[in-house]
Amino acid sequence: MNILQKSRAKSPWILHYDAGACNGCDIEILACLTPVYDIERFGMVNVGNPKHADVLLVTGTCNKRSARVLKNLYDQMPDPKVVVAVGACALSGGIFHECYNVLQGVDGTVPVDVYVPGCAPRPEAIMEGVMMALEKMNKR
Amino acid sequence: MSNRTVIPFGPQHPVLPEPIQLKLELQDETVVSAVPHIGYVHRGIEKAAERMEYTQNVFLVERVCGICSFIHALCYCQGIEQLQNIEAPPRAKYLRVIWSELHRLHSHHLWLGLFADAFGYESLFMQFWRNREMLMDIFDKTAGSRVIISTCAIGGTRRDISDAHLQEILDTLDEVNKQLDKSIPVILNDYSVRKRTVGIGKITREQALELGAAGPVLRANGVAQDMRQLGYAAYGELGFEPVTENDGDCYARAKVRARECYQSVDLVRKAIRQLPDGEILTKPKGRPKGRVISRVEQPRGELLYFLAADGTNRLDRLRIRTPTFANVPPLVAMLPGCELADVPVIVLSIDPCISCTER
Repeated sequence: MNILQKSRAKSPWILHYDAGACNGCDIEILACLTPVYDIERFGMVNVGNPKHADVLLVTGTCNKRSARVLKNLYDQMPDPKVVVAVGACALSGGIFHECYNVLQGVDGTVPVDVYVPGCAPRPEAIMEGVMMALEKMNKR
Repeated sequence: MSNRTVIPFGPQHPVLPEPIQLKLELQDETVVSAVPHIGYVHRGIEKAAERMEYTQNVFLVERVCGICSFIHALCYCQGIEQLQNIEAPPRAKYLRVIWSELHRLHSHHLWLGLFADAFGYESLFMQFWRNREMLMDIFDKTAGSRVIISTCAIGGTRRDISDAHLQEILDTLDEVNKQLDKSIPVILNDYSVRKRTVGIGKITREQALELGAAGPVLRANGVAQDMRQLGYAAYGELGFEPVTENDGDCYARAKVRARECYQSVDLVRKAIRQLPDGEILTKPKGRPKGRVISRVEQPRGELLYFLAADGTNRLDRLRIRTPTFANVPPLVAMLPGCELADVPVIVLSIDPCISCTER
């Protein structure tokens, strides 16, 4: 592991995008940032700029309008990058899989590395997902 | 005009957990006009509700919004109960109040935190969200899930709360109240916070009424309108009075929500004190037939469901009108004339819930 990889693994920066969720997963991601779960102890920081981010957390079913934004965000992130799909909707569309405006999961739009199931997944599960994604990133 | 710039605010923006786009036209640093663009989280729930059975729809409408999921289910269940001519047992009504008010309390905590974050007060954001975790633990204990609790059913509630848990809720609320006493004065009295909120994003009472504002945005303009006054569930027996403020700016909206936090704590305490014994579920008979409008108060304002059924096991039509949708026109009226740096504060002051708006 060279110094660049090591520093990246010690402090991954997270970008969160809601591609069409009910909010449940989004507030659980925000709950990860707060004192009870506190992901900053792993060096993770939530950033607003895709050009600074290493990990993309996507929640919610994708629709055509948000797929364009999601693709755009993914393309702007520098390599190496990993994508974590959070929640049943991001995995397969969940309860909305038959709705007319839903693309049934985000993996048709961006390549997903780790899937975190649950409706909504608990903050512990989201943190575990990000840790697994980091292991994948380090092998690249 | 040549020296005007258009800045897109969103769909992906650090202060917004959800995607909405505002195209802001600026003259130097001042906003001249704002045009909202929505559609990033539209899923088509109203159509899906026609395809699923009316009993399954309870789980679908809970996922309109993950922050106030119980209140959506409550609104739907009350509508179906009216169509089937059944009434929930008294204990279920009180349990509904307890869970609704806990949802309002956690939603207002969430909002107060995000609002603090919008003007850059990150430690206050952390304080509110730490307090909120105590409420999430209550949901976890009483319903087995933190976010989507799925305890409301047609004809009552799906779960009961044991006496031990009721005592735990009361103990937790004492602690929540104590923490609120520490954090709320910061939002209301701190010099720099007041600088960012007093007089910002102001609309008049006439504008609020004319543009159809709902919930705390309307109550911050001195209009005492709250659907809980209708006395649905057990609210009629708890002596409810809406909270109002008169200034109509961001500070007044924050103050309404801060005072509603205390009010919710009191309502839950009162509901637990008066909680009757007995059944929690009336078994529904027959199938829903007819048309009905069901209204409840969400943390963000009035929630309206229109249900049409023709006696089969599927609904003809489900129309959902959510408070954030009603609050977008007032938001567009608040923005012109403000500084660009105040836009996040003003946008958050209506407590936008985009997944509700677009369904």
